[in-house]
Amino acid sequence: MAVVPDAFAPDSAVALSAPPPGARHPVVAFILRRTGAGLATLLAVSVLIFLATNVLPGNVAVVVLGRNASPANVQRLERELQINHSVPARYLRWLGNAVQGDFGRSAVAEAENRPNSSISSSLGAPLRNSFWLAGFTTLLLIPLTLILGALAGIFAGRWLDHLISLPALVMGGLPEFVMGTLLIYIFFSKLRWLPPVALLSPGSSPLSDPEVLVLPVLTLLAVAVAGGVRQVRVGMADALQQDYVQFARLNGVAERRVLARYALRNALAPSVQIIAQNLQYLVGGIIIVESVFAYPGIGTYLVNAVTSRDVVEVQAAAIVLAALYIAINVLADLIVVFLVPRLRTGMSS
Amino acid sequence: MSAVPAGAPLSSRRRVPLLHSVTGDWGGRVGLVLLVAVVLLAIVGPWLAPHSTTSPVGIPGEGPTSGFPLGFDFLGRDVLSRLLGGGRSTLLLAGAATAVTYLVGVTIGLVAGYSRSLADSLLMRTVDVFLSFPALLVMLLFVTAFGGGRGVLVAAAALVLFPGVARVVRTATLEVSTKAYVEAAVARGEGTAAILRREILPNILGPIIADLGIRFSWSIILIASVNYLGLGLKPPTSDWGLMVSENREIISGNPLALLAPAAILALLIIAVNLTADAYLRQRGRSGMQ
Repeated sequence: MAVVPDAFAPDSAVALSAPPPGARHPVVAFILRRTGAGLATLLAVSVLIFLATNVLPGNVAVVVLGRNASPANVQRLERELQINHSVPARYLRWLGNAVQGDFGRSAVAEAENRPNSSISSSLGAPLRNSFWLAGFTTLLLIPLTLILGALAGIFAGRWLDHLISLPALVMGGLPEFVMGTLLIYIFFSKLRWLPPVALLSPGSSPLSDPEVLVLPVLTLLAVAVAGGVRQVRVGMADALQQDYVQFARLNGVAERRVLARYALRNALAPSVQIIAQNLQYLVGGIIIVESVFAYPGIGTYLVNAVTSRDVVEVQAAAIVLAALYIAINVLADLIVVFLVPRLRTGMSS
Repeated sequence: MSAVPAGAPLSSRRRVPLLHSVTGDWGGRVGLVLLVAVVLLAIVGPWLAPHSTTSPVGIPGEGPTSGFPLGFDFLGRDVLSRLLGGGRSTLLLAGAATAVTYLVGVTIGLVAGYSRSLADSLLMRTVDVFLSFPALLVMLLFVTAFGGGRGVLVAAAALVLFPGVARVVRTATLEVSTKAYVEAAVARGEGTAAILRREILPNILGPIIADLGIRFSWSIILIASVNYLGLGLKPPTSDWGLMVSENREIISGNPLALLAPAAILALLIIAVNLTADAYLRQRGRSGMQ
């Protein structure tokens, strides 16, 4: 098995124990257990997010409003944030509302007495914009990662492998903002082909101006594909070394068939985890890529919230991103179980 | 020379030929040369800087002129001087973050893996929770809570990276702690701390070192990214990440003001990755034999 030497490898939830007699079908049990574990993790994560946004040194209201805030405004904000209540009580209230889709009101907007400060309604547009950005990236990311990775694995050590692996090694490690800056320089400063920032009038969709999506998508692709290709390559090269592949070859099975039926299928299972890691990477990657291109998505929203120290907005954006991150992890584990028969029977090693 | 300490006769203290294993192939050699070059530049850079790193000496956004080979930044400061002055903090912060990462990660992994009790599952569930955050999100939450000082950046990066180390160390400890030499030490009546330090730690150094390079380059990226977002070190600090973002407006006027810091950051990260990669390949090869 190709073991991914990565700090952020999702737990390989492939350790299915043999079910006790009379228990539910192992797959159903696994789905329930994995989903339950995901929800439990999300709960723990929500506690951490709430704590992190509530341990601000000093008075929250003063920090949010600035030193020159009028006492009346500070009082109003404190009432809104329920500072006088205990932290557990505030957490439970926040969680209860968040579960129902109510993330409260923006602390800064509230402090400035702006109307329409509901976070749930202001979160919609950024989430939609991020969805398109991540969606288009994923659409290109999955086939590119698999094809390039498989090719590099099949031709391991030959020139095609080097042609794919060397750029992957170089690009995969770069920070997104370095890659994004380079692309802006090439496609805006030099060629004047594409806009350097994704200016979208409020309420308009990136689909009405797809030009603004090109550079952000390219930046995410460059970093994510490069990372995934290296791992898929290892999986493919690994599968080609297995006994069953050698057997198939010795039995005279055509090489094309060996690759498609034997090697590729077995390399696919670890690839699902790799793709999942890539998608999880996107959840974090959009934070910085959106900032590079001033793309009005959830990442820019979060960074702006941190900059203005709007704790309520930070909480909302953070919990949404964390939930997506965990959901991708759970989904990937479920898909793997369906792909690998060995795991369904509970006979895992 | 390599006499085994009398106190630990069974812990075979094989020295890892670290340098040799890296120079085994071209990738490693190129990586190591680049790494040494960038690190040297970062260390002596502040002394070589020909002009002030914080006060303007020319026209904002102007390109290279004689005496100013990289031109001027958005405030008219010398880009070359700021570039030379910015490396030390990048390396120190990332180095400190990596050190804290390993201190915390190795300690937790050792305790969890050796105790195999409630402490183990408690520690590992905590680690699981930290692994279910996007890395940058943890950094941003930490910065929200404590501001963007140097200590906070180091602590935040360590918080992102220690769970991975803890996991690797725990797995390796679980495996090693069933070995005869550990049982012998237990039978001799040695204390837990002594067993962890003298019997187990020396024997799990391999997997610990394996990911060192990856985690160091991750520290660089995470800290540089937070600085780029303007949430870390504050201007007028000359930091490579910060330089890329503060000069965004003059990308057409003097692109070198962004491209130079971006390029040297990229060079540093590529160098670390190439070196780490060569070490891993060498380890894989010697593992086969």
